[in-house]
Amino acid sequence: MFARRAIIGGMGATLVAGCSREAGAPAPAEGGTVELPFANGSRPLVRFPGKRPLIQMTARPPQLETPFGVFAEAVADGSLITPNDAFFVRYSMGALPLDLDVAAWRLKVGGHVGRELSLSLAELMAMPRSEIVAVNQCSGNSRGFSEPRVGGGQLAHGAMGNARWTGVSVKAVLDAAGVKPGAIDVAFDGLDGPVLPTGKDFAKSLAVDHARDGEVLLAWAMNGEPLPFLNGFPLRLVVPGWFGTYWVKHLERVTVLDRPFDGHFMAKTYRMPNNACGCVEPGTKPDSTVPISRLRVRSFLTNVVDGAEVRAGRVPLEGFAFDGGSGIRRVMVSMDGGKGWGDAELGPDLGRFGFRGWRLPVELGRGAHVLMARAETMSGEVQPMVGTWNPSGYARNVVERVQVVAT
Amino acid sequence: MKWAVGAILAGLASVVAAQAYSLPAEKPVVLPRGAGVELVEAHCSACHSLDYLTTQPRGKGEAFWAGNVEKMIDTHGAEIPEGDAKAIIAYLGRVFG
Repeated sequence: MFARRAIIGGMGATLVAGCSREAGAPAPAEGGTVELPFANGSRPLVRFPGKRPLIQMTARPPQLETPFGVFAEAVADGSLITPNDAFFVRYSMGALPLDLDVAAWRLKVGGHVGRELSLSLAELMAMPRSEIVAVNQCSGNSRGFSEPRVGGGQLAHGAMGNARWTGVSVKAVLDAAGVKPGAIDVAFDGLDGPVLPTGKDFAKSLAVDHARDGEVLLAWAMNGEPLPFLNGFPLRLVVPGWFGTYWVKHLERVTVLDRPFDGHFMAKTYRMPNNACGCVEPGTKPDSTVPISRLRVRSFLTNVVDGAEVRAGRVPLEGFAFDGGSGIRRVMVSMDGGKGWGDAELGPDLGRFGFRGWRLPVELGRGAHVLMARAETMSGEVQPMVGTWNPSGYARNVVERVQVVAT
Repeated sequence: MKWAVGAILAGLASVVAAQAYSLPAEKPVVLPRGAGVELVEAHCSACHSLDYLTTQPRGKGEAFWAGNVEKMIDTHGAEIPEGDAKAIIAYLGRVFG
């Protein structure tokens, strides 16, 4: 079924202009609207400070999606990096620290430690530097495709992004504070908070060993620039391989606890059904739940969009995959709705937490085709062909279908 | 990806210079008129823009909206008198299904 021709050149070296344009669509303009491919999916394109026009799900607090064409461009140019001005924005809380004065700002480190710290940005930047390419994906990314539909932010696939994060490891900071024996959790609290004093504060926690694994960062730069305000300036938590809910923005306080953290956004929300699939029968509730944690493996075809008309013949399909940190071993591609599969060539490895590009030229005969990409991780996790369901619409990772007509 | 600490610091300095961050003006969301609409506008828009309501899936029924109002009270601390809550739920169930 696949034309098993040698792939010419490397990833990025052979960009076929005709094809990458198909996905592309012109850059969305401010003031326009976008129709996301599910019911009630009309959204305005709005420009926020530090951002190009993005798909606005909600205005206050701001929740902005990255147009899918941004990912197509990053695959086509081989960078795989989501630019800062296109990176998605998600706030749970309506009170943003708009009056933030970075000169007066301090990160406070305390709790079950030998000595409390109060660190300026300059002091943090002078500490040993760590850098990692990692995907930040919202728990509810792609929720709008959940069937039956569920409440919450009705997102298409644009609440994810891949960036190079620079900062100091939480380990280095906690070592400087001296964690006392008996520590259990580390809580992270940002400056964004509830609008009403009666509202629950947004704070998250990690087990102390996870927080101290050397990979969890307090990041002050993103793609070589200061964090955009709306992505957590001046400092945010980066938890490679874990969902964005843990990537606390505008960090203010790190607290080591000698007991489990019981904050609302750990104990009551951002939870998955406590079973192997993290799922329940559609429309039902789980008996027990656990905090959402690691990203599931996903893959996307980027240069041909659903519903597109393409020229019959040779079509160089391309896209990307990612997972929760074991790394991508293989991406398979089908052009007949999952009956037959061919192996794509993987692009350069930016690290096991980042987007991994793939490409595969195929021969598309005239007529309708259902294209699919399916990724497998180094640990053997494979994307499911049939989607699962959970009441919050979290962690979608079913193999996506892209229907095209070749003429 | 070549950059230097100096560039980062320069970037930070420019951000510092541009103090007081601001967000674009919010375009008002006009809800269909009807019984309870003023209560919806007053209570709900105190904390968030009304596109939070209009972008939700339709046809989920009154129980869906009751759950959301409860979440706003329990999690986000909204102080909505019981009678107002009932009228808000009825409006949302009627208008958005």
